[in-house]
Amino acid sequence: MTTPVLELRNVNKSFGPIDVLHDISLKVNAGEVLCLLGDNGAGKSTLIKTLAGVHKPTSGEIWMDGERVDFGKPKDAADRGIATVHQFGGTFPLMSIGRSFFVGVEPVKKIGPFKIFDRKTANETAVKAVQEFGITRIDDGDRLIGGLSGGERQSLAIARAVHFGARVLILDEPTAALGVKQASHVLRIVLEAKKRGIAVIFITHQVTHAMAVGDHFAVLIRGALAANFMRDEKSREEITDLMAGGEALADLGSEIETYMESHEGHPPPPPAE
Amino acid sequence: MNTFAFGTLLRQPAAGSILSLIAVILFYVLFGGVDLGNLLGAASWVNFAANLGIVALPVGMLMMAGELDISIGAMIPAGSMTIAILSGHYELPIIVGMLGALGLGVVVGLINGFLTVRTSVPSLIITLATLVAMQGIVLSASVLLTGNASVALNAPDWSKALFGQLIGGSFQIIILWWLALTAIFALVVHHTPYGNWLFAMGGDKESARNAGIPTDRMTIMLFVLSATSACFVGMCGAILFNSAQVSGGMNYIFNAVVSVVVGGVLLTGGFGSILGIFFGTLTFAVVNQGIYFTDIDRNWSSLIIGVMLLAAVLMNNTFRTMAVNYSPAKKK
Repeated sequence: MTTPVLELRNVNKSFGPIDVLHDISLKVNAGEVLCLLGDNGAGKSTLIKTLAGVHKPTSGEIWMDGERVDFGKPKDAADRGIATVHQFGGTFPLMSIGRSFFVGVEPVKKIGPFKIFDRKTANETAVKAVQEFGITRIDDGDRLIGGLSGGERQSLAIARAVHFGARVLILDEPTAALGVKQASHVLRIVLEAKKRGIAVIFITHQVTHAMAVGDHFAVLIRGALAANFMRDEKSREEITDLMAGGEALADLGSEIETYMESHEGHPPPPPAE
Repeated sequence: MNTFAFGTLLRQPAAGSILSLIAVILFYVLFGGVDLGNLLGAASWVNFAANLGIVALPVGMLMMAGELDISIGAMIPAGSMTIAILSGHYELPIIVGMLGALGLGVVVGLINGFLTVRTSVPSLIITLATLVAMQGIVLSASVLLTGNASVALNAPDWSKALFGQLIGGSFQIIILWWLALTAIFALVVHHTPYGNWLFAMGGDKESARNAGIPTDRMTIMLFVLSATSACFVGMCGAILFNSAQVSGGMNYIFNAVVSVVVGGVLLTGGFGSILGIFFGTLTFAVVNQGIYFTDIDRNWSSLIIGVMLLAAVLMNNTFRTMAVNYSPAKKK
């Protein structure tokens, strides 16, 4: 048995009286893509933040490489190689590619007693790192992040995380705001990261995107793990249904149709909660 | 080749301020009948720019980092009153007065910085509070200790030579301090990791912190820098004019912010340059003081400043968009 890179054991998280995560146990191996599916408010963000060291679990354990870890702050998680890339990737739109790539870890060269930011090295390294991921359109490290497309920003952010030694890559809805072509760029980069032996946790709404790259799927519903299965264990329809909170979307479709037939073409009113 | 260089210039944050400066000088020459040699040789606007510039630089750096410090308006008279009370009224050695003035800047800067970091109150409000509070403290302390709102100071020669000398009879020595500080800050902001941190903080403080940047320490340091710089300007004024007044300094708030914004610093942070602030200050000084060299009535100068501010900011927005959308491979 291989030891999972990252493992959650019975993790609970509550904010005051509100239970947000309930008894979550998950594993992700190196070179594997874990797709975390779930509707809004299912607890995905809380789960990511717990993994990234922003929140401490109320109870339960986090293990890395067969060793129990305790993240007091985001830096601890980052030091262990957990990197989170958020939906809007490039967060400094008015900084150049080279500069933002190295924020916090700027390369310097010494000139006399001064440590000077090494723009040339920064730009070259950044451009090289992105191009290795197949984004060849980025070729000038002086360009500003704001001028990149959404997909390029995501790719840059992922390339950055990998360059700085990420072992677990958490992608928070990387394709949500992207068009079809851009999204396929990002998915290709996810596969590239996987090929390099990185454990990827891919959070998404879109089943198509999840099916394209995922090896392992976990569905969160109201803070609990509703399903946890490997690729090929379930069909696309089953996954879609699971994501919709366990209700069968297919059934819903026929229900609406029957309703409309009997109500002169009006759709049914939304269910009262 | 020339057009290429021009394009590169336009994408710099300083572009708007340089063009503004040229436009203002042209305007004065064409419509105000200014003798250009006369204007360029005059000390008044250079002195004005230097005093303003020393405050505008750190205010601009704070703005790049996404913060604002308006307490400088009270720190300038606070600095000059401190040195005048300590070394003038109590006749302590001038060095004590100088350290007192700069020390006060450090203390108020620390207060501003800590409050900004520890609370979620915007720094504009925090420094507004310290601005008003410091005015009260300076006035009451002055009246309480000396019985007067204006204190005389007789600085020894060496301190005059360093901080309060008139070069060539009319150019204040503080001009050299301004130039030196501009060079130092330009180096730090654009060519060291600290500068990178500054822009990252202004772009997104949360991400900057997650990237391991000591954002709290940087913020506090910047506030200390701006309050101390303001005290430094006040101190130099007291040494030069042999006296200090409680009032004055409030104009510096708006003047500094206008200079910084004309200089291409983005009000919300994350973008700007030291060179831009430098030229923004120069432009402001030429408008403000250069009007005396024209046939235009002095009262119009505020109108010109208003128009210039708007024009410069519009230009800056355009240039910033150009910079963002610029890509070297423009083959369509």
